Amino acid sequence: MGSNFRRIGKLASISSKNQSWSRGFSSTVERSDQLSPSKSVNLFSAINQALHIALDSDPRSYVFGEDVGFGGVFRCTTGLADRFGKQRVFNTPLCEQGIVGFAIGLAAMDNRAIAEIQFADYIFPAFDQIVNEAAKFRYRSGNQFNCGGLTIRAPYGAVGHGGHYHSQSPESFFCHVPGIKVVIPRSPQQAKGLLLSSIRDPNPVVFFEPKLLYRMAVEEVPEDDYMLPLSEAEVLREGTDITLVGWGAQLSIMEQACVEAAKEGISCELIDLKTLIPWDKETVEASVKKTGRLLVSHEAPVTGGFGAEISASIAERCFTRLEAPVARVCGLDTPFPLVFEPFYLPTKNKILDAIKSSVNY
Amino acid sequence: MALSTSRRAINQFIKPLSSSVYATRRLTSDSTATITVETSLPFTAHNIDPPSRSITTSPNELMTFFSDMAEMRRMEIAADSLYKAKLIRGFCHLYDGQEAVAVGMESAITRKDCIITAYRDHCIFLGRGGTLLESFAELMGRKEGCSRGKGGSMHFYKKEGGFYGGHGIVGAQVPLGIGLAFAQKYSKEEYVTFAMYGDGAANQGQLFEALNMAALWDLPAILVCENNHYGMGTAEWRAAKSPAYYKRGDYVPGLKVDGMDVFAVKQACKFAKEHALKNGPIILEMDTYRYHGHSMSDPGSTYRTRDEISGVRQERDPIERIRKLILAHDIATEKELKDIEKEKRKIVDEAIAKAKESPMPDPSELFTNVYVKGFGVEACGADRKEVRATLP
Repeated sequence: MGSNFRRIGKLASISSKNQSWSRGFSSTVERSDQLSPSKSVNLFSAINQALHIALDSDPRSYVFGEDVGFGGVFRCTTGLADRFGKQRVFNTPLCEQGIVGFAIGLAAMDNRAIAEIQFADYIFPAFDQIVNEAAKFRYRSGNQFNCGGLTIRAPYGAVGHGGHYHSQSPESFFCHVPGIKVVIPRSPQQAKGLLLSSIRDPNPVVFFEPKLLYRMAVEEVPEDDYMLPLSEAEVLREGTDITLVGWGAQLSIMEQACVEAAKEGISCELIDLKTLIPWDKETVEASVKKTGRLLVSHEAPVTGGFGAEISASIAERCFTRLEAPVARVCGLDTPFPLVFEPFYLPTKNKILDAIKSSVNY
Repeated sequence: MALSTSRRAINQFIKPLSSSVYATRRLTSDSTATITVETSLPFTAHNIDPPSRSITTSPNELMTFFSDMAEMRRMEIAADSLYKAKLIRGFCHLYDGQEAVAVGMESAITRKDCIITAYRDHCIFLGRGGTLLESFAELMGRKEGCSRGKGGSMHFYKKEGGFYGGHGIVGAQVPLGIGLAFAQKYSKEEYVTFAMYGDGAANQGQLFEALNMAALWDLPAILVCENNHYGMGTAEWRAAKSPAYYKRGDYVPGLKVDGMDVFAVKQACKFAKEHALKNGPIILEMDTYRYHGHSMSDPGSTYRTRDEISGVRQERDPIERIRKLILAHDIATEKELKDIEKEKRKIVDEAIAKAKESPMPDPSELFTNVYVKGFGVEACGADRKEVRATLP
């Protein structure tokens, strides 16, 4: 990892470990050299900035997908076609399998192919391309070929009224595939840094963006080019009684539960995993060894969700240190419902209940 | 059901007219007289001889077409307002502008023929016998909805009407439609399947996979491409090297149809059904137009001009075309047609009021229909709650 970043250049060292959790998910950026000017922007603008930088800093990078030429349905690609031209930023037909296949080919010729799948729910036609073509290209060609320049961006998760096909969180399907990386940011500042890392990472990356936060999450985002390390989890909130692990939009719900729990004297440690594969087991392990308890929460259905993998790994590594079974507070094992969304979601109260059960086990 | 009641409404409407005020008018006394009309444009064919442009109709049929399309139009306009009032949530795709396709197709086939479509499904459902109440209740996620409030806008179904639904993923319903056609052929029933998709979906790979199988096995499948010229926000020529979708089947014959002319649609569908039963699949490209944006989050004005939209409204609107025909043949007066539209507004409002009274589905419905009751995990709740599995 480290060597890749060094080769690419600027790696900002960013950590909010020892900082107070002041508001929402703003984790202040510490830079070893100097503080760059920053602006308060929302998540889609942060993604937009990252794409501008990616196209600007590498002439062999391309952005394409359904309707991205006009800015995309979530405005993430606004202004890119005007600035970089229709040769590098363009609309594709509505054919996800084709989009990803095309992107793999483009990336195989040493380009950075940044493909957008309009909603993560539409990624399944491209599943074969991602799993069988992208992930195994390097391995099966004995390192002669690869599609490391490939980054697939897709908005995921609940928005309050998205229904069956605009709300799903399909990350765990991709976590079963060695050869790709799965990255999910929690905030604008994180999104920009992680997306730039994903684009420049020499492995294919599936980058899921929490669409709930596109407009809702606003924080200070440095204007310049910076990257955040992949496969490095971040402790957002230190605590002693229980470790909570999550990613993306779910973290803000978990944070609220932590605040509520604190009122009842329970000290929670909250970890943002950021990269789901290959994931930072060590940070989680160290935390659970300290607290003795673990809770994982995600929007995807509980069965076979990535929470299951975390539970199993931590049970293996921390068996003698665990004081309660690992708790999973996740989406229910139903299709993502339309009118029942509030029941389906792993809400603050569900998490709070689970925290208490775990602590009182 | 909605349309049959509305047909009754028309008959009631016509009756008093013929008996009293308009007794002197010639056609109201014989509402089944034949009228010959010509389709607006000739059909353009690919690998097949096109059907005739001239079609016989009757005053009754003209009035039914007008009434059905007016009802669909009104429903979609009302859905637009309900969405903006946040009574409809989720993703909602409106059909206004394309009504002639739903109505013309329905008039050429039976309910034993199947229709399967994508997410722009409200009016197809109505055409297949769905009611306004079922539609609005479904749109608002209520118990009385056609999918018991669990589907929403994109997932209308009506099994007894041969409507296999509203599907959410672009193009994914077409292979399903081919499967339906195979079942029809296998059971030796003389029925066909209309698998509908948009010009956006026409570029999906699975469409060609489905087409190959349909042609290989001579299945009674009709692929209906509703070409409204924009796949979401991208114009057809920006997304397709050949926007002549009726030719895209190569070895499969095709027909380009004016999808704004209900008679052209009817003629084409009748022709296609006969062809499909004898010779296998055929593609119908319906040249149509949607007045609304792709979905409710798309104002529909960023990728096309307002002039273009108003031009289509003025020149090609399917309802206006029928209105002109009715007036030209002196079947009803302008006022009578206006009254029908007013009546539609009323029954739509009544259906909305009723739908609003319908309760939300019971919370336990969250867990039903995931698996068959008794044959799998019955309820898999939040963690540490009941997880019960029953073996068959």
